Amino acid sequence: MAKPRLGVFKFSSCDGCQLSLLDCEDELLAVAGAIDIAYFPEATRSDDVGHYDIAFIEGSVTTPHEAEMIQDIRARSTALITLGACATSGGIQALKNGADTAAFIDAVYAHPEYIDTLDTATPISDHVTVDFELRGCPISKRDLIELVAATVVGRTPQTPSHAACIECKLAGHVCVMVSQGTPCLGPVTHAGCGALCPGYARGCYGCFGPKETPNTAALAAQLANHGADNRQIARLFSTFNTNAPEFRKEAEKHE
Amino acid sequence: MNDKVIKVDMLARVEGEGAFKVVVRDGEIVGTEFRIFEPPRFFEAFLQGRDHMEAPDITARICGICPVAYQMSSVHAMEMALGITVDGPLRDLRRLLYCGEWIESHILHAAMLHAPDFLGYAGAIEMANDGHGDAVKLALEYKKAGNAIVTFVGGREIHPINVRVGGFYKVPRKTDFAPLREQLLKARDLAEKFVDWTASFTFPDKERDYTMVSLSHPDEYPMNEGRVVSSKGLDIDVTDWPAHFREEHVAHSNALQGFMVDGSSYLCGPVPRFNNAYDLLSDRAKAAAERVGLPRDNRNPYRSITVRAIEGLYAVDEALRIIDAYEEPDAPFVAYEPRAGVGMAATEAPRGLLFHRYELNDDGSIKTALIVPPTSQNQPSIEEDLQSFIGDILDQPDEDILLLCEQTIRNYDPCISCATHFLELDIDRG
Repeated sequence: MAKPRLGVFKFSSCDGCQLSLLDCEDELLAVAGAIDIAYFPEATRSDDVGHYDIAFIEGSVTTPHEAEMIQDIRARSTALITLGACATSGGIQALKNGADTAAFIDAVYAHPEYIDTLDTATPISDHVTVDFELRGCPISKRDLIELVAATVVGRTPQTPSHAACIECKLAGHVCVMVSQGTPCLGPVTHAGCGALCPGYARGCYGCFGPKETPNTAALAAQLANHGADNRQIARLFSTFNTNAPEFRKEAEKHE
Repeated sequence: MNDKVIKVDMLARVEGEGAFKVVVRDGEIVGTEFRIFEPPRFFEAFLQGRDHMEAPDITARICGICPVAYQMSSVHAMEMALGITVDGPLRDLRRLLYCGEWIESHILHAAMLHAPDFLGYAGAIEMANDGHGDAVKLALEYKKAGNAIVTFVGGREIHPINVRVGGFYKVPRKTDFAPLREQLLKARDLAEKFVDWTASFTFPDKERDYTMVSLSHPDEYPMNEGRVVSSKGLDIDVTDWPAHFREEHVAHSNALQGFMVDGSSYLCGPVPRFNNAYDLLSDRAKAAAERVGLPRDNRNPYRSITVRAIEGLYAVDEALRIIDAYEEPDAPFVAYEPRAGVGMAATEAPRGLLFHRYELNDDGSIKTALIVPPTSQNQPSIEEDLQSFIGDILDQPDEDILLLCEQTIRNYDPCISCATHFLELDIDRG
């Protein structure tokens, strides 16, 4: 059987999710043995264009050029998979959605006329059909290896959609919200990180985005009981997955 | 033939999206452009109104390769604004975390992104599959030790979660360090071999008289704090930065370009640190530099790959020193009350000096933010290198010119997501 051809593409992002692939120090050469890495500009200057069995997409769509590019990649790919919060929900740069883009450009650049950008940062799924989404800001290496292994053999990756809260209980951490009143998004956040933040005595800040059917209203009420004001609650839901519909709606209730 | 445009529309093996163009008329280079088309993400704009405590988590997302640098510059700037000092074991733990990022970032760049230029491969995997497998495996094992430090102190290697204004959320116990210490002792041998491997390459014989800018500290190799100095006599407090440096917005780049106030270019990064602070390297790092014949006033930018390897070795030594001296602090962070204020800080990201400035409101929310990343500062110098270094090979095939241009740009380990908040080669021969 021929090795599947992989393309890795960057849209608006920090590079961290594709870096996770290069950070798989123990697995990288084995992965390179099982997959034909046809296009991955961060790793190689060979750019083998054509059809991809697997396309990994990092980043969100924030420019007219990116909006065109994703259509082209979709048309040339069998399985299109998004890596991380930017590609899956829009990422931190989606904080510009609903803001005054012209004012943002003015705040950063002396010559706004040189800047070509859309008013929004949007997830890949707003533009094309996505076959699988890997969550996280950044993605976890464990999920990435699982994704690669599953994709090579043609099965669905096992990335549970339950709450980070469940991972936290399994890890045996003391609940930071119950014991210290620390605001924590663990009850509404998608699993994948292994409940990292509570293990470091801080509240979850939601980098894996909303879990399946999250009860954000109940959590917001509990945060308020612990003394969080509306501005803090809105901010808590407005970070790396600010454009994920469940988080965005809850934030809007508190603005 | 005497007129042409040499260009690359998507520079590979760099962090982010960039391009370059060299314009040749009558056999002379008349223009060089290092173009950053990485989409702008407007961090400085959406930091306005956020809480100061969010700055290390949000600014980390500017760059997945050097998030620790963003976390360090932001927390130090905030601490100045808030009037607190973080010292003792908490300060040492920050330096340890930064050593981890230097190792991870330097070895990723040197082995996976830059070495293929010297050995003639498209990438590190192609290099590994063609007789250099042992070197690539060594580098991966060595790099892993850097990531192990970041994970140990920071919680995870990309976008660490344990850094906060005032210190950390949680600090390790002295006894927790044993496995990391063992891994670093092994990595130290790998680091020595890695220096020798990079020094075995053939380097283009090219130099420029750069103005080399770095931090300077009386007792420490530049990393977390210090005055801003240059090889041409600048010596200022970091709060005087805005009076001595400026940023310009040019049409061909989504990243602002950094200049000295007199409009001249300068260089920041590993080579300036090495030249300006050689005496503060560890004995082992200095011995390695001497062994491979790397002079302390090196002006050949292609040898930056070996400078990175030396700094990697230094970072392993420094990490071990910090671990051996560590005593658990009484509290994981210094407590404070939010207040209005202005704070500035510069730290040494793996690829160079990273300046942050914030104004805070009374409630600790951010009024304004200014971030000057190293690649922005190095852009003019990159363009001048292209102008200076390829003139004598313009009669060679375009592919050879392209390769030298790319290698020249990679000397800088440019971080384009940072700078835009990277590269196409475009040689215009008319």
